[in-house]
Amino acid sequence: MSEGGIRLILNGEAVTASMAPGGVVLDFLRRERGLRGTKEGCREGDCGACTVLLGERAGSGMRYRAVASCLLPVAELAGRHLVSIEGLDGERLSAIQRAIVEEGATQCGFCTPGLVVALTGFLLTSPGLGEEDAMEAIDGNICRCTGYASIRRAVRRLVDGLELEPGALETRHEALAAAGLLPPLFAGIAARLDALEHAPASADAGGIPVAGGTDLFVVEAARLRKERLRLLSRERRGEPVSEEGNLIVLDAASTMEELRQSPLLEACFPSWRRFLGLHSSTLIRNRATPAGNIAHASPIGDMSVVLLALDARLQIGRDGERARTVALDRFFLGYKETDLAPGELITRILVPRPAPASRFNFEKVSRRQHLDIASVNTAFSCTVEDGAIGTARLSAGGVAPIPLYLAESSAWLSGRPVSVATALGAAERAAAEITPISDVRGSADYKRRLLRRLVLAHFVTCFPGLPQEEIAHAIA
Amino acid sequence: MPSPDAVAHVRARSPFVDDLPEPEGTLHGAVLPSPVAHGRILRLDTAPALAMPGVAAVLTAADVPGENQIGGIVQDEALLAQGEVHHVGQPVALVVAATPRQARAARDLIALEIEELEAVFDPRRAAERGKLIAPARTIACGDVDEAWARCATIVEGRADSGAQEHLYLETQACLAVPEARGRLHLFPATQSPSGVQRITARVLGLQMHDIEVEVQRLGGAFGGKEDQATPWAVMAALAAHRLARPVKIVLGRGEDMRMTGKRHPYSTDFRLGLDGEGRFLAFEATYYQSSGAAADLSTAILQRTLFHATNAYFVPNVRVTGFCCRTNLPPFTAFRGFGGPQAMFVMESAIAAAAERLGRPARELQELNLLRENDPLPYGMRVRRANARRSFAEAVERFGLGRRLREIEEHNAASPLLKRGLALMPVCFGISFTNASLNQAGALVHIYTDGSVSLSTAAVEMGQGVATKIRRIAAGALGISERRIRVESTSTSRVANMSPTAASTATDLNGMAALLACRMLASRLRTSAAELLDVRAEDLELRGERVLLSGEVTDLGWNELVAATWKRRVDLTAHAFYSTPNLHFDPEEGRGRPFAYHVFGTAMVEATVDLLRGTATVDAVHVVHDAGRSLDPLVDRGQAEGGIVQGLGWMTMEDLVHAEDGRLLSDSLATYKIPDLHFTPTALEVVFLEDAANPAAVLQTKAIGEPPFMYGIGAFFAIRNAICAARPLAVDRFVAPLTNERILGMLDGKREEQGARSEE
Repeated sequence: MSEGGIRLILNGEAVTASMAPGGVVLDFLRRERGLRGTKEGCREGDCGACTVLLGERAGSGMRYRAVASCLLPVAELAGRHLVSIEGLDGERLSAIQRAIVEEGATQCGFCTPGLVVALTGFLLTSPGLGEEDAMEAIDGNICRCTGYASIRRAVRRLVDGLELEPGALETRHEALAAAGLLPPLFAGIAARLDALEHAPASADAGGIPVAGGTDLFVVEAARLRKERLRLLSRERRGEPVSEEGNLIVLDAASTMEELRQSPLLEACFPSWRRFLGLHSSTLIRNRATPAGNIAHASPIGDMSVVLLALDARLQIGRDGERARTVALDRFFLGYKETDLAPGELITRILVPRPAPASRFNFEKVSRRQHLDIASVNTAFSCTVEDGAIGTARLSAGGVAPIPLYLAESSAWLSGRPVSVATALGAAERAAAEITPISDVRGSADYKRRLLRRLVLAHFVTCFPGLPQEEIAHAIA
Repeated sequence: MPSPDAVAHVRARSPFVDDLPEPEGTLHGAVLPSPVAHGRILRLDTAPALAMPGVAAVLTAADVPGENQIGGIVQDEALLAQGEVHHVGQPVALVVAATPRQARAARDLIALEIEELEAVFDPRRAAERGKLIAPARTIACGDVDEAWARCATIVEGRADSGAQEHLYLETQACLAVPEARGRLHLFPATQSPSGVQRITARVLGLQMHDIEVEVQRLGGAFGGKEDQATPWAVMAALAAHRLARPVKIVLGRGEDMRMTGKRHPYSTDFRLGLDGEGRFLAFEATYYQSSGAAADLSTAILQRTLFHATNAYFVPNVRVTGFCCRTNLPPFTAFRGFGGPQAMFVMESAIAAAAERLGRPARELQELNLLRENDPLPYGMRVRRANARRSFAEAVERFGLGRRLREIEEHNAASPLLKRGLALMPVCFGISFTNASLNQAGALVHIYTDGSVSLSTAAVEMGQGVATKIRRIAAGALGISERRIRVESTSTSRVANMSPTAASTATDLNGMAALLACRMLASRLRTSAAELLDVRAEDLELRGERVLLSGEVTDLGWNELVAATWKRRVDLTAHAFYSTPNLHFDPEEGRGRPFAYHVFGTAMVEATVDLLRGTATVDAVHVVHDAGRSLDPLVDRGQAEGGIVQGLGWMTMEDLVHAEDGRLLSDSLATYKIPDLHFTPTALEVVFLEDAANPAAVLQTKAIGEPPFMYGIGAFFAIRNAICAARPLAVDRFVAPLTNERILGMLDGKREEQGARSEE
């Protein structure tokens, strides 16, 4: 990391951040720069009031992402374009601002700057420009006043008024600036970033490894502020998702949003996009990584549970050493304890390509369906041969100190006929295989009963031919 | 004209307290909360904190120059704990340092030893032990005891509703700035500037004129900044006063959630009797309100609960009694609806119990018993312009109840694992502060010589659009463009002795005061114009920034008229005062006319329950609402929609979970969930009742802030009806919120799940 501070373009201006690189961008904006349009609502990425845009060079142009500035380390700003609400507020109201005003989609106004920034993120980054695309882009923006109805009307007004073809993402900012949808500072920003002198955007090899930081900075922001960071986002080598023989390879530092958008994964695993949408909001998915989700070893990690059912293996490496491979179902050793030695990093995640007649499903029940941590989550995959289950893998989170591969239930399922009786048997076995505890997300008894239900849900979803009446009768 | 507030919001040019420029040398405060729910302070050693870098002072109860007392209605709440602590999160000490980080780091070093005493969290247990904040209150009419014998059906049971965190996005905050000559200028995020002024004077031993409290806007409040904004403001004032330095306190989200009060949980026993046709003959209820460790507004909230016991129905024989039970939790407080929602939940539970017992749809019983014109409510007031039946009928017809019910029936017959349910939710909500004295407001209006207008009232803008509405009222009264009018911040130096911005009354009261002040000015201007034009003032009106003579435009425009009037040495400032007429209520008798009028409406709520996963979704909310003659439909629709969704949250996912020792476990946005845009039904429609002029409020409008919240209660019964389509439920236990855990418990036939509270 450069000793002279971190160089970036903030809105239209090249600046140097003097704050510690382990501090968060929210504080950089509000305290160091006096830009107080970015609001602090929760400091844990759950409200969206502090949303900013982070732009980086990509191909011939730029790539922007809307992120929660309360969880974004200042170190990530090196050589980047940081856009806050002040940078989006021109002499006249933008189309986004007008739509919000005209539909009364702002009441107290505290969440509004974050909403304007997130909608700008939608214009800059969404492959589609429809109403639902826009609503997805603002799914991390909590508003306590409006009940979202007027926000939806504002979004509708905005997208209905767009005279814009989606076009290539890398040059979208230029098109938007030309159309007056973005302020002029976006025009030519790629060249300005190229000209910006900053320390090489390499990671600090001795620092604390940070992948997305979306959990780390919730829990340990105070400690990290004083530390040197090793930004894994700066060590990306390959594509987020690629194929090697019969394996699908996930770059461990890819973002959850990149994985969600992967056509290959959507083709292999039905409803993939929907499942990953349940992981977190757009703001968080734009930063969170599968490696972070796994290495953090939360017993309720959605990605861990999904990948356990998919029989994933981890490639684990140390700088300059040959990587070793560990099956994910052997990686979790105890509560927040893993097979990762100091200095080791998860580099790639290998997922076997599913056999032609295989099934996959993910279930998650939380207090709120979206943007919430599960009470229980579970994933299921299996092959089907002649009306019977071939190999099966069942996993569950929130039911043990670790994200749990349900080995006994999975083994029991192998060779069983696809039937309601099998579903019920699997549900009973799964419930017997777990050791949930009572906490803020539910009582132990609830979690046990819930997992039973979710195992049945796997069968109902994966095998639509099963008689639902029989299942209904069985649970009544 | 678009609201100047809205334009400023989208440009992020609406500073909230934490965004205000800090005067040089501003210090920052951090509050040490009690870690235990009830105990005796054995040792409080602040020396380790004082030794930390940047620390300017550590203040405790011993540093209070005046009274260490912030209680409003009942004086039972210390600013900083003295001797004992009564809830987890109770402020014990205030650390003031150069930066917020230094203040918090030092706070964590204060040595606090507490001998733990037994704590009570359950209101029924508190009542058993006589831990009451005030004597029980009762409202009764008719002869309940005699009526039971005439009932064909009697249902009884228990209905519990949970607490609710306000989750205003701007946390509690105050900047206190000492000024010359011993004056303090406070910028708190409060709904009650005069309340802060009064209590600060009491605690600091100053006179009220020594303190100016000024509020520009709040980042949401919903009742959570009525009384609960006061301690932080007074603490900032105390430190600023002691140190003669500006001091700012801004609570972090977790601090705010752990230390501040929420909507009161209630546990209630009910009994409802019906005649052979289903008419309500008698209703009895005993409400156990968990009030928390100090009174705060609990007694007033309980009073409103009693007023709304029978919701929108006529019941001839009623006896309802309520207890404010002292529990070792942060003082529960005002939250949109102010005890009304808790009451309506009980009444609707009783109706559901009767309907399920009789095998009849609840909507039949609801419709049969809705209030008619002139029907008396249990406290003796008769409803006028009663739009209960009109709104119900219009909802049924406009939203196609019959068609929807058929669709639901067909769906449920065909779908073994997904069941749909529908519920109607009528609402009748009384408008006025239940404490009659608070129904007053003042307005101060200046016209400057350039024709621009400055308007001050007691209303605090917190997103509810009161500034927009008052500007419109003033512009209409003066016959000028809204652009000429600046609605000023709310300041105790411009308007004295303000009532809080609460009880949905801000526009009713302050709008009327502003209207009266503007009418006074308009009258003076017309007199002046009459002399200038040599005509009779009665023939003149101000409209479109011109003077009109018998409806015809004259040459005299606004600017010229204002300038000429000033030259004639006529006062271009007016102050006006409004108090709601004919309000009276005798709390001992339980009778009177506590409200200026009632707001009516009906919601139709639809939900789907996933029997397999034990989850529910609210599919649609359609509402016919009586908004009077809406002054600003954009604002009113926004208020209605926002209130409805908060109500849906209260009934479904919003669940405060405490540990056995009284610590709040759901103390972050990660663990306490409020509606997000996925949860909110896309089909959310609010239709305003036509021809609903209301002579009892300013310009025929009606208050809008609170009543729509209660439409959300329909979600509970829509979900319940969906579950009932799969399996019958016990009719004597109703527990909200209907979290997924509770839904699965009901589906699994677990009776204890239906009744289980987190603290039991």
